Amino acid sequence: MAKAAESLGEPGTTWPRPLMRDLKAVGKKFMHVLYPRKSNSLLRDWDLWGPLILCVTLALMLQRSSVDSEKDGGPQFAEVFVIVWFGAVTTTLNSKLLEGNLSFFQSLCVLGYRILPLTVSMLVCQLVLLAEQGPINFMVWLFVVIVMFAWSIAASTAFLADSQPPNRKALTIYPVFLFYFVINWMILTFTPK
Amino acid sequence: MAAVGDLQFEEFGNAAATAAENPGATTISIEGPGESPTHQAGLPRGSGGEEDDELLGNDDSDKTELLAGQKKSSPFWTFEYYQTFFDVDTYQVFDRIKGSLLPIPGKNFVRLYIRSNPDLYGPFWICATLVFAIAISGNLSNFLIHLGEKTYHYVPEFRKVSIAATIIYAYAWLVPLALWGFLMWRNSKVMNIVSYSFLEIVCVYGYSLFIYIPTAVLWIIPQKAVRWILVMIALGVSGSVLAMTFWPAVREDNRRIALATIVTIVLLHTLLSVGCLAYFFDAPEMDHLPTATAAPNQTVAAAKAS
Repeated sequence: MAKAAESLGEPGTTWPRPLMRDLKAVGKKFMHVLYPRKSNSLLRDWDLWGPLILCVTLALMLQRSSVDSEKDGGPQFAEVFVIVWFGAVTTTLNSKLLEGNLSFFQSLCVLGYRILPLTVSMLVCQLVLLAEQGPINFMVWLFVVIVMFAWSIAASTAFLADSQPPNRKALTIYPVFLFYFVINWMILTFTPK
Repeated sequence: MAAVGDLQFEEFGNAAATAAENPGATTISIEGPGESPTHQAGLPRGSGGEEDDELLGNDDSDKTELLAGQKKSSPFWTFEYYQTFFDVDTYQVFDRIKGSLLPIPGKNFVRLYIRSNPDLYGPFWICATLVFAIAISGNLSNFLIHLGEKTYHYVPEFRKVSIAATIIYAYAWLVPLALWGFLMWRNSKVMNIVSYSFLEIVCVYGYSLFIYIPTAVLWIIPQKAVRWILVMIALGVSGSVLAMTFWPAVREDNRRIALATIVTIVLLHTLLSVGCLAYFFDAPEMDHLPTATAAPNQTVAAAKAS
């Protein structure tokens, strides 16, 4: 931090600079999810800010709005949060136990950022619900959900499969598939009150 | 050093010479590295004739115990200790799943497929998939059954996921624990019983639950007859895998205790499948079929309404 301040030479710009640097790193990773390319430097600089923002956004959108139908309704905010983080940790642990080469937090970072397409489909769902609820809208939205699901899986596969021993790739990818499938199911069955 | 090397070389040469002179003498030959993984991946090339030996693997039980001792050498608080439980390749997991789907009479699942390399990958992820398969299929099936009703409001029933998880994981871990304890206790009373380690029992139970995943998906079909036929098929396949695995372990024991054990195993399995079907899937009653396909049932609905 001190070095950054020295290199600037400008007064009054010390504290926003690391924040901007972090934001730029997060933004770069978001762009990387949208256009997946192999990049080792991006893997090394892991951070968990992006996954946290995505998870909170998703959980806020998915939680049920009223507490009336507590018994059989959709998930609460805490439930979504726990499921996303618990699922990500379990999937990462699985890839570590199968002798993967990524570190724990790198894998967590990769998985967390790939939730971005799913959050986008959730946003689309909210927009569709604002519009009229017809079968055509539902079809469009279902198509968007499926495309985003395939995108997340493809983006994760590209990263994770390379770091695993060659005869265990399928074993590592399957839990990731299950994880994204469950999140997609929660998005698909979202019913506002 | 060179003298020792020369001595060894000369010993091998002598062994070949003695083999040529006395055909009855035994000589040890060292095989190449390609031979070593056969104990994990291949079928048992055990002693010829006896079915017992192939089933129980008495010849290599000592070897497998030794290998098991060699494998798990890290202390239990290190990460490497747990990595030994995930030391499987993709084709091994597929082989084990295939073995759980096709029970061949006379072949023991543990001896054939697990062979002292029990893994936790299969049981854990098969149970996880089954939990979500049951919860999601149940939700879908209820949605389809109640589709035509005006008063029905779709709910995701998220609570049922946690209930399903509790049931499935409790079954997959506590029942093997109880069974293992029981077998240990019987082993102390009656000698010469094949005994399985706790992880091998967990492995068998985990893989035997695989048949329920497609069964749960097919349970979406809202026909009672179809559902019960599926229950019978699934129970038949996984029950026979379990029965054939544990029969050699209790065969030496008192006849009635052996039979009671096998019957209890199958009974618990039945309870799990029927319980899941009853709790997560609503009964497809005649009144709830959509009117387009319920022409012969409309009279029943009218009779019930009046």
